[in-house]
Amino acid sequence: MNKSERMQLAQWSAGRARKAGAADAAITVANQRDIDVEHRDGKLDKLQESTQNYLALKLYVNGRYSAHTTCDLRKETLGKFIEDAVTMTGHLTEDPFRALPNPKYYAGRREVDLQINDPFYADVTSERRVAIAREIDELTRSQSDKIVSATSYYSDSHAELAKVHTNGFEGETESTTFEAGVEVAASDGDKGRPQDYEWRSFRFFKDLATSQVLARAAVDRVLGRLGQTKIATGVYDMVVENRAVSKLLNALTEPMGGYYLQQKSSFLDGKLGEKVASERLTLIDDPFIPAGLNSKTFDFEGMATRRRVMIDKGILKAFYIGDYYGKKLGMEPTTSSSTNTVFEYGARSPEEMLGDIKKGILVTGFLGGNYNSTTGDFSFGVFGKLVEDGRIVKAINEMNVSGNLAELFNQLVEVGNDPYVYSALRRPSMRFEGISFSGI
Amino acid sequence: MARMSRREFVKAGAKGVALATIPAIFKLNPLTAFATPAKENATLSDYYAHFGVDESLVRQVMAAGLERGGDYCDIFFEHRINSYVGLLDNAVDRAYSDVDLGVGIRVIEGDQTGYSFTEDLSPKAIKLAATTASNIAHEGKSVAAVALEFHPSPDYYPLKTLWEDVGIERKIPYLEKINEKVFSLDKRLVKSEIGFEDEGWYVLIITSEGRVVYDYRPMVTISVNCIAEEKGRREQGYFSLGPRAGIEYFTPERIDQLAGQAVRNTIDLFEAVKPEGGEMEIVLASGNSGILLHEAIGHGMEADCNRKGISIYADKIGKPIAESFVSIIDDGTLPNYRGSINVDDEANPSQKTYLVEDGILKSYMHDRISAGHYKVKPTGNGRRQSFRFAPLPRMRNTYMLPGPHTKEEIIQSVKKGLYAESFTNGAVYIGAGDFTFYVATGRMIENGRLTRPVKDINIIGNGPEVLRNIVMVGNDLKMYEGGGYCGKDGQHVLISDGLPTCKVSSITVGGVAS
Repeated sequence: MNKSERMQLAQWSAGRARKAGAADAAITVANQRDIDVEHRDGKLDKLQESTQNYLALKLYVNGRYSAHTTCDLRKETLGKFIEDAVTMTGHLTEDPFRALPNPKYYAGRREVDLQINDPFYADVTSERRVAIAREIDELTRSQSDKIVSATSYYSDSHAELAKVHTNGFEGETESTTFEAGVEVAASDGDKGRPQDYEWRSFRFFKDLATSQVLARAAVDRVLGRLGQTKIATGVYDMVVENRAVSKLLNALTEPMGGYYLQQKSSFLDGKLGEKVASERLTLIDDPFIPAGLNSKTFDFEGMATRRRVMIDKGILKAFYIGDYYGKKLGMEPTTSSSTNTVFEYGARSPEEMLGDIKKGILVTGFLGGNYNSTTGDFSFGVFGKLVEDGRIVKAINEMNVSGNLAELFNQLVEVGNDPYVYSALRRPSMRFEGISFSGI
Repeated sequence: MARMSRREFVKAGAKGVALATIPAIFKLNPLTAFATPAKENATLSDYYAHFGVDESLVRQVMAAGLERGGDYCDIFFEHRINSYVGLLDNAVDRAYSDVDLGVGIRVIEGDQTGYSFTEDLSPKAIKLAATTASNIAHEGKSVAAVALEFHPSPDYYPLKTLWEDVGIERKIPYLEKINEKVFSLDKRLVKSEIGFEDEGWYVLIITSEGRVVYDYRPMVTISVNCIAEEKGRREQGYFSLGPRAGIEYFTPERIDQLAGQAVRNTIDLFEAVKPEGGEMEIVLASGNSGILLHEAIGHGMEADCNRKGISIYADKIGKPIAESFVSIIDDGTLPNYRGSINVDDEANPSQKTYLVEDGILKSYMHDRISAGHYKVKPTGNGRRQSFRFAPLPRMRNTYMLPGPHTKEEIIQSVKKGLYAESFTNGAVYIGAGDFTFYVATGRMIENGRLTRPVKDINIIGNGPEVLRNIVMVGNDLKMYEGGGYCGKDGQHVLISDGLPTCKVSSITVGGVAS
C-alpha cells in the first residue's frame, strides 16, 4: 500500500463510519515491514520476514464510544465491519466525555524534519543483515572460553501510518528502526549459567553500533556476573546504571498518567506543584529530538506535541494528560503519553559516582518485582556489584530492593552525565542514599 | 531474557485499546467472505473454506515452502475474534474489538527456522510467504509429497455457545451486577473497573508430514479492579477468573466470588505492613502460588533453552532434584482450564507431561525442534502467540501433585515466616536459575500462627535450590483460575498453574531493612 492509498483508505473508512451513523470517527491505517535475523553459536538460527497492515477505528456514536482494529483491509469486508461496529456501539452507555479532541489541540503542529526515516533502508540487503548477525555472534564467542552460548540478533523495520479524524485532523508518519545485539550465557561452574545481553536501537543504519562494541559489552556484562552471591540484608547506598534505572523511572512516570489520576490509583494524585523528588531530578518530555526513538509532531490522539518540563528540580510540574481523561478530570490535556524523556544531566560518570560510595550496591539489572501505583510501594529483584570504598568488590544477585517511590526519589543524591541514548527514555545513571536491600 | 520486542508495538495505534478486541454483536461475522463452520458435522473442506483455501492450494504452498530443500514445513492459518467490554465509573461505556486473520509459514532445516506470514490470504500472497520462508534452506534435497490426513482433536474446552454468537447485550448485565455487588460490600470502595474480554480463536494447521488439525479455542476473562479509601489512605486490589469456557461458566456463585474476592484483596491492605526483609521460611498458600513452579522450574524445563545449553537443568534428567513427595506436572488436558489446548500449534496432540516424578527430573517440555534434537517424541508444548510467530516450547497448566501434609501442620511448623497468598507476576533468568515472584497479599507467621497482613513483597530465590528446599507439601492442591499470561521472547500465551500448600525452608523476602 502506498502513501496515497493509505490516506484514501483512512478517508474512505471515516466516510463509511459517518454514513453508518457515527457522529465522528478517528481512523489510523498502518503498514509495517519487519525483518529479523538470529544467529546462534556459529549458525544462522532464524530468518523472519513479514509485512503487516492494520486499521484502527474509534467511533463516536450518539455520545457513545467504542474502538476496533482489524487486519482485513479488503473494502468489501471492511465496510461491513465498520457498519456492525457502529451498530454495536449503540448498546453502550452514553459517556459525555467522549468526543474527538477540540481541533484547537491539533493546531500548531511543528513543521520539522524529525529525521526518523532512513532512506538507506531500501538498500540494506538480506546478505548484509545476515552478515551483521554472524559477525556479532563470532566476535562474542571469540572473547572468552567461558561462553556457553551466544545468540545474536539483527532486525530492521519500516513503518508508515496515516491518521484521519472527521473533525479536521490529518497526519502521516514514516519511520525506520535498526537494531542489533546479542544475548550471551557463560559457565559459572556448578553455580549455573548467568546470562546478559547488549542490544541497541537506532533510527539510521549508519548509526548502528559496531559488532565489536556490542560483543565486547555483552561479554563484559556476563563475565562480570560470575561468582555472584547474595549478601547481608541491610541499608546501602545505591547506584543504578542508566540502562537499568528505567525500571524505577517508569514506576514514577506511569502514575503521572491521566487514567491513574482519574481512577484515584496514583500516589502522585494532588501533588502538582509539590516536591516529589530531590532537586537532582529534572525530567523533560521532548518530542523533537532529531532521530529520537519516540520523536513525533502529533500524539496518537492527534494533538500537536510540545516540549514540556514534567518535573523541575524535584517539583512536579505536569501530568501526562490525554484528551479523554483530561475532560473527565477537568484538566487541560498535555500529551496522552510520554514521547522522548530527557533529564538535566550531572557532571560525573557512573565510575566517578562509585568513587564516593563507602559501602553500597551498584545495580546493573532488575529481575521481576512490581510496584503499587496507588501507594508507591515497590519491591524489585536486583543484581549487580558490591562496592566498598569506591571499588567494585564482587558480583551480587538474588537480592531485593524495597521501599516507597515517593521516598526513593527524595533519596536521589546525584545523576550521571551518561544519557542512555538507545531508548526514548534517555536516563542517566542515578545515585541514591540509604536504600533497603534484602539478602541473607 | 529482557529483550525488547518490536512486534509489541504493532497495533499500538489503537492505544488505550490495551485489550484490543471484536464485539460479538456482529451477528454476521465481519469476515463474511469466509463462513465460520459449525462445530459439529464439519468436514475438512469446510475448514479449508473457513480460510478461503482448498487442498490443491495448500499443496502448492507446501511445495513452495520446501522448494529449496527444507526438512519440514508447516502452515498455520488463524482467525481470531477478540472482544472487550468495560465498566468504569459505574457505566458500561467502552467496547473494543480486534479481528485477526492470517497465515504463518515455517520451514525447518536441521534446527534452523525460516518464517514468514501474511494477513493477505490470496493464493499469490500465501505462496510468496512460503517462498520467503524457504530461504532458510540451501541443500536442494527434495521432500516427497505425502497424503494429507485430518486428525480430529479431543475437546478439553467444551462450551455451549461460540463467543462470536454471544451479543454484547448479554455481557453488559454481568458487569453491572458485579459493580453493584462490589459497592454493596464495603463503604470504603471509591472506584471499580470491570472488564469482560472474550475470544474465539480458530486455527487450521497443515504439516509436511501430512497432519491436518483444526481447533476452536475459546477464552474469557472477567477482571475486577478496586480502589478503596480510608482516612485519606488509598489501596487497590484485583481479582479475575479466566477459563477456556463459555458464558455459562459465570454462575451466580462465581459472580459473587469475583466481587467478594476483589473487595477483600483491597480492604485487607489497610491493615497490611511491609515485613522485615531477609531470608526466612515461607509457606505458599494453595492455588496461584503455582507461579513458584512456573518460574523456579517450568521455564528451565522448556527444552529450547536446554538445547541451547543455557538451562541450569540441562544435564539433570533422571537425577533427583527434590524431596520424594514432590511431583510436578505440565498438563494441557485439564477441562476448561486456561492453559489447556486440544492440540499444540505444531499439530501435535496435547498431553499430561510429568516434569518431576517422586523427586526425579523426568522430561523437558518439547516443541518439534527440541524433540528432534533430543530424539524424543514431542510433548505437545509447541505454542505460539499467533500466526505472526514461530512456535516455542511453552508451559500449559503447571502444578504439583498433593503431598502428605495438612495445611494446618505446615503453618504450625513455622516459627517465624511468611504466608504468601496472592501474586501478580514473576520472572526468571533461566541460566543462573534466579527467579522472583511478587506477593500482593499475605500474612506473617509467628510461632505457628497467622498474624499481621503484609503486602507488596518481592520474593527472590534460585530455582534448583528452592526445589530442594520444599520440605512440606500439603494434601490440598488447588488450581489458579484467574487470567494468567506467560511472556517469553515477545510472545504471550495463556497459562495456568496450581499448588498445594507448600513450605520452603529458606528464601529471600523483600522487605524493609532495620
